[in-house]
Amino acid sequence: MINFQYSRAHDVADAVRQIAADPTARFIAGGTNLVDLMKEDVERPSRLIDISRLPLTAVEETPEGGLRIGALVPNSALAYHPLIERRYPLVASAILAGASAQLRNMASTGGNLLQRTRCAYFYDTSTPCNKREPGSGCSAIDGLNRGHAILGTSEACIATHPSDLCVALVALGATVHVAGPGGTRAIAFADFHRLPGDTPQRDTNLAPNELVIAIELPKRGFAENYSYLKIRDRLSYAFALVSVAAALEIEGGKIKEARLALGGVAHKPWRDTAAEAALAGAAAGPAAFATAADVVLRNAKAQAHNAFKIDLARRAIIRTLTQAARGTPQSQSSKKIA
Amino acid sequence: MALTTTAARPVDQTVPAQEKIPIVLIVNGVEASLELAPWTTLLDALRDRLNLTGTKKGCDHGQCGACTVLVDGRRVNSCLTLAVMKDGAQVTTIEGLAKDGALHALQQAFIDHDAFQCGYCTPGQICSAAGLIAEGKARSADEIRELMSGNICRCGAYPNILAAIQQAMGTRS
Repeated sequence: MINFQYSRAHDVADAVRQIAADPTARFIAGGTNLVDLMKEDVERPSRLIDISRLPLTAVEETPEGGLRIGALVPNSALAYHPLIERRYPLVASAILAGASAQLRNMASTGGNLLQRTRCAYFYDTSTPCNKREPGSGCSAIDGLNRGHAILGTSEACIATHPSDLCVALVALGATVHVAGPGGTRAIAFADFHRLPGDTPQRDTNLAPNELVIAIELPKRGFAENYSYLKIRDRLSYAFALVSVAAALEIEGGKIKEARLALGGVAHKPWRDTAAEAALAGAAAGPAAFATAADVVLRNAKAQAHNAFKIDLARRAIIRTLTQAARGTPQSQSSKKIA
Repeated sequence: MALTTTAARPVDQTVPAQEKIPIVLIVNGVEASLELAPWTTLLDALRDRLNLTGTKKGCDHGQCGACTVLVDGRRVNSCLTLAVMKDGAQVTTIEGLAKDGALHALQQAFIDHDAFQCGYCTPGQICSAAGLIAEGKARSADEIRELMSGNICRCGAYPNILAAIQQAMGTRS
C-alpha cells in the first residue's frame, strides 16, 4: 500500500468539492474492496476522502410507494431491514448470498455497486490487464478464464462484475441517485454499469467527481414470486460462477410480468428484457422457462475454460424461474436447491 | 500468456507522507489515544501499537476471518479497516471477552467442545460467534454454519466450532 493523505468529508457537497480538487483521490466508505486493492497495489490513490460519517444511512419510503436507501446503509442492515425483508425479499436474499457476515457489516450499499472485478489478472500487477492498465492487453483471454464472462465480452476484457446485490437491483429496475458539482442526477440501474468495449477501465457511468448518495427501489418488489440462486465453487463465501435473480407476477397460471437478471456472467449485472418479454403472457412452466434461457444465452460466447458456464446458466435460469413460480425461493442458509 | 518483466512499480514519491493522525479508540473498555498513519489498519494498531496480539493476521485480505473483532458491537474484519476511520469507536477483541477472571461462555464452550486444533483462527472464530449471537439471526445449525462462513479453519474443526456455538447459544448442552 502506498502512502496517502486522509481527510473526512463534512457533508455531500464537501465530499464532491474534495474529490473535484484531487482527481487521484478516492472516496472510502466500508473499504472492504478498496483497502484490499490498495494492499495489492492495484489502487494507488493520493488521498482517501472518508465519507463514512455522512448522513446517508436512512431507508425511507418514497411518495411514489418505493424505497430510498441511503448509500451508506451497511449491506447487513439492508438485508435485515423489515421493509426490505417484507417488500423486497429478492434484495435481501441476494445480499445474504454474498460475502460474509463481517464484510456485510462493513460494506455500504453504494460501495457494493462500485466494487471491482475479482479477475485474478486485474489483481496481479505483474500481468497485463486492460482494466488496470489500459492498452496493456488482457491476460485472461489467453489465460485461466474458468470464472470469466460469457456475455457482453470484448477483445479487451472478459471480466465479470462480482456483486450479488446488483443483480437483484437491476432486475427490480432500481435507480441510482448521485451528487456531483452541478447537483444531483438519477441513473437507471441498467445504465449504471458498463460493458467493457474498448474502455474496460471504466466500470460504471459514474463521473470521477460524482458520489452515489442513494438507491431507489420502485414500488413493485415481486415479494410473492421471486428467487435468487447463486451457483459457486463452495457453498458459501465465494463469488458466483452463475447467479440468477428471477421475479414473476403470475395470474391464473400465466406470467403477467417477468424480471430476469444474471450475475457472474458479464462485465455488468446482466438483465435481459427480451427474455422477460418472451416470458410475458406464457404459461408459468418449463417450456417458457427454457425459451427464456435460450433468449438470454443466444449470444453467449465461451472462452477456453468456461464453456460449462453456458450450460450452467441455462439450468440455473430454468431452476430459478421454477422456484419463483412455485413461491419457493432459494434459501441462503440451507443450501439444498429445491 | 505473456508476463511483463518489469519489477513492481516504484512507490510514487509525489505522494507526501501525511503527518500522523490523532485518534481515540475505546478498546475493551479502556480508552487508548493513538497517533497513526492513515494506512494503519485496525488490526496492526491493535497488535503493534496496543500489544493486543490475540487478534490474528491470517490472510490480511478479508478472506479468512482470523482478524475478526467487534467494532461498536458489530463483527468486522480488522485487516480491511483503517484505524483512523474508527476514531471514537468501541472495539472489543478476544482479550476483552472474559470478565472478572471468568471466561466468556464462548471461550468455555470452545474448550468444552475441543473446537480448535492449532488455535490460530480461534480468536476470530470466537469474536465472530459473539457477533453472530448479538445479531440474533442464526437459530438452526444451517444458519450458524452460513453466518460463520467468513471464518476459515484450516484444521477443519468446524463440527466442534458449531457445537461450541450451539452450547453458548443455549441450544445444545
